[in-house]
Amino acid sequence: MHIGVDVGGTNTDAVLLDGTRVVASVKSPTTHDVGSGIVAAISSIMKSSGCAVSNVSSVMIGTTQFTNAFVEGKKLVPVAVIRAGLPATRGVMPMTEFPNHLTKQIGRQSYLVEGGYDFDGSEINRLDERAVVRAAQDIKKRCISSVVVSGVFTPINDSMETRMAEILYEEIPDVEVSLSSEIGRIGLIERENAAIMNASLADLSTAVIEAFRSALNKLDIHCPFFVSQNDGTLMTSEFAEKYPVLTFASGPTNSMRGAAFLSGVKNGIVADIGGTTTDVGVLIDGFPRESAISVDVGSVRTNFRMPDVLAVGLGGGSIVRQTEAGVTVGPDSVALDLLSEARVFGGSTLTTTDIAVAAGYANIGTHSRVSDLDPSMVEAAVDAIHRRLETTVDRVKSSRGDVPVILVGGGSVLIDRDIKGASEVIRPELSGVANAIGAGLAQVGGEIDKIYSYNDLGREASIEQAKEGAINRAVSAGASAASTSVVSIEEMPLAYLPAGAVRLKVKAIGNLDKMEALQ
Amino acid sequence: MDNLHDFIRGTAILGTGGGGDPYVGRLMLEQELRKCGGIDLINPEDIPDDMFAISVACMGAPTVFVEKLPNAQATITAMRKVEKELGRKFNAIIPLEAGGINATLPLVVAAQMGLPVIDGDGMGRAFPEFQMTTFNIYGVNCSPFVMADDFENTILLETDNALRTEVYGRAVCVKMGGIAQVASYAMTGAEVRRTCVPRTVSLAVDIGRTVRELRVAGKEDICEGLANYFATSDPPRFARVIFDGKVQDVIRGTDEGWTVGSVTMSSGDSDDELFVSFRNEYSLAKLNGKTVAIVPDLLFILDRETGEAITAETLRYGQRVKVIGVAATEEMRSEKAIEVIGPKASKIVEPFVRLEDLAWNGEQ
Repeated sequence: MHIGVDVGGTNTDAVLLDGTRVVASVKSPTTHDVGSGIVAAISSIMKSSGCAVSNVSSVMIGTTQFTNAFVEGKKLVPVAVIRAGLPATRGVMPMTEFPNHLTKQIGRQSYLVEGGYDFDGSEINRLDERAVVRAAQDIKKRCISSVVVSGVFTPINDSMETRMAEILYEEIPDVEVSLSSEIGRIGLIERENAAIMNASLADLSTAVIEAFRSALNKLDIHCPFFVSQNDGTLMTSEFAEKYPVLTFASGPTNSMRGAAFLSGVKNGIVADIGGTTTDVGVLIDGFPRESAISVDVGSVRTNFRMPDVLAVGLGGGSIVRQTEAGVTVGPDSVALDLLSEARVFGGSTLTTTDIAVAAGYANIGTHSRVSDLDPSMVEAAVDAIHRRLETTVDRVKSSRGDVPVILVGGGSVLIDRDIKGASEVIRPELSGVANAIGAGLAQVGGEIDKIYSYNDLGREASIEQAKEGAINRAVSAGASAASTSVVSIEEMPLAYLPAGAVRLKVKAIGNLDKMEALQ
Repeated sequence: MDNLHDFIRGTAILGTGGGGDPYVGRLMLEQELRKCGGIDLINPEDIPDDMFAISVACMGAPTVFVEKLPNAQATITAMRKVEKELGRKFNAIIPLEAGGINATLPLVVAAQMGLPVIDGDGMGRAFPEFQMTTFNIYGVNCSPFVMADDFENTILLETDNALRTEVYGRAVCVKMGGIAQVASYAMTGAEVRRTCVPRTVSLAVDIGRTVRELRVAGKEDICEGLANYFATSDPPRFARVIFDGKVQDVIRGTDEGWTVGSVTMSSGDSDDELFVSFRNEYSLAKLNGKTVAIVPDLLFILDRETGEAITAETLRYGQRVKVIGVAATEEMRSEKAIEVIGPKASKIVEPFVRLEDLAWNGEQ
């Protein structure tokens, strides 16, 4: 048995899974200290299932704590950056783009040293170790305890970053070091930005992971626990403590993974309809499609593995208006006031929920409060609601042709008809705890993002090498070798450069070694 | 700062589908502007004959630019080397391109050196190669052509024509790590006036500002509004929204370092279909099989809601877009110009026809 937990801003959800069967689930409030909310949620599912804690083999936790802390600029620590790249990269200093409210807390301390690689893996310069030592001593003097090491093309070769980290550990005994190569992809500034975000969360991550750990201890659960990353794979609690930034945006990923599981659909579209917005994303082989464009977090650009989710203003609280041009739906919503503002609940605002009740396909609140609505207006509003979802589904689709659409979230009652472009519309049970299920089902992944020379190595050998690299990374992250396979290959030739150079992004996924042993 | 963001948005649109991600260029410019405060921009009509200008650019792969960032110091080294060859100092900088990251780099260099920037360029948009400039077309020598790396090593090319410079230079660029800073096309004020595409730096700012203001006002369609803007640009240009629809199919491949391919779009409310082919930049648009825009005239594919540029690398199924055709300037459309930057250079067989002479829906 294993447990999936989703610690959100409002709710802490927990599910108990036996293999892929949901044994018990609960939704409970998130507490200020995080830990007691987790204890309450897990105790509840253990009690309702009658399962003994000794049967729990692993716990997977998804959390939005770190994203929220960074965006709000709360509980961040000062950070220093050492970048290996000189004489290159002077043009943009670290933290150039960070807004003042963030640099007030994390500072702008940075050092550029000789080092870094070219796209073909050769060294731009040897790493200037003495300069790293001098930087480390200065950092120590300034009492900064969280440091980022970055460098040009370090995703291709991380040895310089590893060496810089070694020097830092020698010079500053209690230092926390974030390696950019552990976090990001090609794109020096975005990768460095993500590493800086990570380093700024050093104290919070120790506290949060400790809260998770002591919550499990309190429950007498002593199995390993994992934290879910934004790409829908797991990291060990130790790794999560070092790289909390990898949890950014894991919420939508877990929700989509959970929806995939609950519906049994691996390739399709998930529409999560809430009170104010509908988040629509694409599932490819059970994983959310990643965004192709860069993602800003707290107005700082990163190149994270974020799910490509399109949010539109359609939800159960969306306001419906009759205008000269016809009936409009949203994008504004009565949001948290649905239970007092909507007509069916005695309020005076006409919402999409009222329309679904008036049209007779939803049974919420008091029907008689909407019986006076003009049937043709209701019909027009129902049309508008379905059209909005149809257009959004069509926008996120990656090709023509109909695909299954999975509806989750409380607002899914708004949808009653077939959706154009959908081969079928699926409404799984338990969709309220899809996030926790997604966390509980997460697998272990490994990724390679490097530039290969097809001229030297040939296409097939290059792809083979990249695949092997990704599988090895997944296995060393805790996946069982037997279950690990490559799930995606992206091939991007370097434009404007006739060198046969191609960027390959390969991702491999496998089951947790531990879980497989139990199945 | 509004000005800077407008400019960056405008250069992305003038990239006409290529030119690389402007993000790093924006950060470089932000960093320099914080230090120096501002940059002098001079109208080519106002420059003295004996002014001596140099065009600067970054050569190589945009994928490399995002790691081994463009280097203004190395660009200055390349300029110094050209000065030494010619025995004369430069007192102005002129951009090589109006679109993409190379529209920004000259401003960074100018800010660092305290030199003015001439409000014009050699392409009027983005093109992939060094010979594809009005400077070359109207007889300015590309040589001495100096490339510099981050170590400030320099390579001087003296060739008999700009195409050969491009070919030799590209090979050196690979060896320099996929990125090189280039100074080339040294010219006098008189030559600048005679050969450049004028006022393209301010054009980029105007395009970016127009999009921003239309977005804030929220009254008028952004893409229609942007097309209308060109009636009042200096010089005024013919521009039309050619298509409003959705991306249906994208085909991409490479050919000796070029990103080649095509995109098909369908209209929401008719059977119309627009086909756009690209070779790094958008080069040809066909509406229901009939040509409606062809290089060197400009093609923008924009997000229909925000008016932001969509590049050939970020095109994807389902995007809601509007396509705008904009007439190239007269400098870019002469018989001589068409030889170098016309359809043939993009491997298109059909001849160049002016945007305003091509028929499309609703007109003619």
